[in-house]
Amino acid sequence: MRMIALDEAVASIPDGATLMVGGFMGVGTPEPLMDELVRQGRRELTIVANDTASPGVGIGKLVTAKALRRVVASHIGLNPETQKQMMEDGLQVELVPQGTLVERIRAGGCGLGGVLTPTGIGTVVENGKRKIEVEGREYLLETALQADFALVQAFLCDYLGNLTYALTGRNFNPLIAMAARTVMVCAEHVVLVGVIAPDHVVTPAPLVDYVIARC
Amino acid sequence: MDPQTIIARRIARELRDGMLVNLGIGIPTLVANYVPAGMHVFFQSENGLIGTGPVPEQGMAMRWLTDAGGKPVTALPGASAFDSAMSFALIRGGHLDLTVLGGLQVDQQGHLANWMVPGKMVPGMGGAMDLVTGAKRVIVAMQHTAKGRPKIVRECSLPLTSTRPVDLIVTELAVIAFPEARATLVETAEGVSVEEVRAATEAELVLPQPNAA
Repeated sequence: MRMIALDEAVASIPDGATLMVGGFMGVGTPEPLMDELVRQGRRELTIVANDTASPGVGIGKLVTAKALRRVVASHIGLNPETQKQMMEDGLQVELVPQGTLVERIRAGGCGLGGVLTPTGIGTVVENGKRKIEVEGREYLLETALQADFALVQAFLCDYLGNLTYALTGRNFNPLIAMAARTVMVCAEHVVLVGVIAPDHVVTPAPLVDYVIARC
Repeated sequence: MDPQTIIARRIARELRDGMLVNLGIGIPTLVANYVPAGMHVFFQSENGLIGTGPVPEQGMAMRWLTDAGGKPVTALPGASAFDSAMSFALIRGGHLDLTVLGGLQVDQQGHLANWMVPGKMVPGMGGAMDLVTGAKRVIVAMQHTAKGRPKIVRECSLPLTSTRPVDLIVTELAVIAFPEARATLVETAEGVSVEEVRAATEAELVLPQPNAA
């Protein structure tokens, strides 16, 4: 793990990169990274995240700045700008049931090719996907997702990079920290090694590449 | 009493002590206001919390403590927090006793459509497909009609949320169940006649059998 300045962290993310971003309606989203991606004018990004928040919040800032080419999410309903760009500007949006999205990310981080889920059987979600019967029940094969970068919001981070999260700010963060080649963490508090007891570490330090402190 | 209150109060009567329950946004959220005194119910927020409590008092909101709509909530003593994989493992894995969701349409076999109106509204399914597929019991909380048009229809014209039929619909007019995959009138709201319910329903309704055991 290396402590890094915010602008330097974002400078290492190229146009066209695929980013997994933590957060649920902006709660648990690393806001400084969103602001800096907009400030540096990043373009053509693919975002994998639960939702696109609302205008001016979290991932909503990237939407408004037209920084996105493609969104993989479970919900865009609270951001009219995402819906508008999807209808009018060719923003690609793949809607995925939330439980399927998080399992596809988990699979991507766990060395699995995908997961079998009953969710989506008999709905438009099954279009183009393989159906597999196991012991008399039908499942959809949902393939794994990976990304170039995971942008994670943690609550505590120790000097080695061990992470904990706060309440509903946890959501997708520990999952995306497993599924991306480079993991960048905004940490609310950086603490001494040992402050987070081994039993309370949620994301172990070796998974973390860069930490941006106090953000 | 306004329709939303009638619906929420009636659904609260379906709660049982110790249940793990997920409430959707809108009318379903109101159900939490009518938990019978002395009963303990665990409310789950799919963004990663069991033990979701009421809206915080003025000035007491915490940025890390929100419901599935992103609005501030509180956590009751004994609450637990977890990631989204755990949250949906609870939902899909059959650990959730009851989910209460809103609905756009339900057909006469109990199939729910509640996540998009093609060409008009594409919010995404969020957790709805997993909830309907995985919860032990599914209750739809909705008004009986929308702009005078029936929402309980012969066949859904909107994209389905799941092929798993719901267990109960509660509206301001009636309670409808789906034994043997047939929409069956279980009760009418106070002061509402069976004829009024039938007139507001497009689906074929099986009527109650007063003499049945």
